[in-house]
Amino acid sequence: MSAPITRRRLVAGGAIGAGVLLTGCDRAIEIPTVRKILFTGEDMHRGLQRALTDRRALAREFSAAQMSPIFRSNGTRDPGTPAYAALSADNFAAYRLTVTGLVNRPLALSLAQLRSMPARTQITRHDCVEGWSAIGKWTGPMLGNVLKLADIRRDARYIVFRCADLIGGKPYYESIDLIDAFHPQTILAWGMNDAMLTIPHGAPVRLRVERQLGYKHAKYVTGIEAVASLAGIGQGKGGYWEDWVDYDWYAGI
Amino acid sequence: MLPCMDSPANATPTPSIKRHAIATRLWHWINAVAVFILIGSGLGISNAHPRLYWGEYGANFDHAWLTLPRWPGWLTIPGHYNLALSRRWHLFFALVLGFALLAFVIASLINRHFRRDLRVRRGEVAPRHLWADAKAHLAFRFHDPARPGAYNTLQKLSYATTIFVLLPLLIVSGLALSPGMDAAWPWLTSIFGGRQSARSVHFVTMAAMSGFVIVHLALVILAGPVNGVRSMITGWWRVPEDGA
Repeated sequence: MSAPITRRRLVAGGAIGAGVLLTGCDRAIEIPTVRKILFTGEDMHRGLQRALTDRRALAREFSAAQMSPIFRSNGTRDPGTPAYAALSADNFAAYRLTVTGLVNRPLALSLAQLRSMPARTQITRHDCVEGWSAIGKWTGPMLGNVLKLADIRRDARYIVFRCADLIGGKPYYESIDLIDAFHPQTILAWGMNDAMLTIPHGAPVRLRVERQLGYKHAKYVTGIEAVASLAGIGQGKGGYWEDWVDYDWYAGI
Repeated sequence: MLPCMDSPANATPTPSIKRHAIATRLWHWINAVAVFILIGSGLGISNAHPRLYWGEYGANFDHAWLTLPRWPGWLTIPGHYNLALSRRWHLFFALVLGFALLAFVIASLINRHFRRDLRVRRGEVAPRHLWADAKAHLAFRFHDPARPGAYNTLQKLSYATTIFVLLPLLIVSGLALSPGMDAAWPWLTSIFGGRQSARSVHFVTMAAMSGFVIVHLALVILAGPVNGVRSMITGWWRVPEDGA
């Protein structure tokens, strides 16, 4: 075997190998076991983050001078349903945020009631799963206070957010665990950048869960439900994107 | 180094030396697969928002210092645009890369691989020595006949840069992109001057890493690919007869 042939063979072999590995990845993820192993990455990241860092840590807050000049919107920019159009036409006077599920005192809060609750204002960075970031100012009551008001039961483990918007005809929803639900920066924002929340950003109320990516920050929230398990809700994976597009439920990564 | 005979076909047996420890070999291949998958899936993620910014924030209305091309399917994992699956690949193999590197660094401190093989002596970084080393590379002479198993200076510098600079920088700048980690360890973004700066550094470091991979593969091919690949599998490396 002479050296040049060996080299050529090796280069060809390497190129084929690289190609096989690349297309192999697409084939491999079709195998349920491979997929399952790959998807455990999310649990490992969540476990490592929760184990190695302070789970009460606050997301960094910024000064007014550090805010994005323009905060772009993303996802649904207007739910566009007749019900939502009727609500927004009347400045959300008929809007009610329901708090149900594993609570001792179910609630139906008007926007005025939410605005009368003690509010937290925070200037934080919004990180989209796509890669961009924008810094904005958010105002609203802490979710933890709303849950306490509803007297959340001890068997509740997750908080599910029902939304007024549909994507591809399917209702948007999201969920978080109680660590994030009772985090002081997790708020139900009705105000943004010193004004009322606008429709592209989720009026009248959107969730802010500052230590996770943008798709967890449910917009157009109409219902909050305390549950013991995410099974049986949607496709059971805890959110619209999680159910239909394989996004991670834990979006702290 | 243990010279030994392993070439029965040859009338004059060429000596082989034990060149790579088991920790080095294991890590090399685990890392190679991880780097390959991380680059492919990273380019898939890049396609979701192919604009790079400096500072803390950066989105469509802000100034991008670099707009990246749309990476074709034959370069990305998966081969079609799917941000969720690119992220699944990327975040799983990020853990593989990180913990494999940690284990390799610990093993190489214990088995003295770093001290013995990667330590750059003062004389080696003298301009004259580096120039001679570069000329030897251009003449395709990669081994010192007197010490054929030793890495040459440029080799040491590029391996050390990869192990101690590029890979750690990729890990830290990647962690800085995690909103959960940022809250817990705010210094992650601060050291880069913001999350979008960290994202830019992550990409540029990936490009440098890709450059290393390309040069590394080219030199393996030029220096004797079968011998090189075999030594990284079995550990045994046949000393070239001409000392080249």
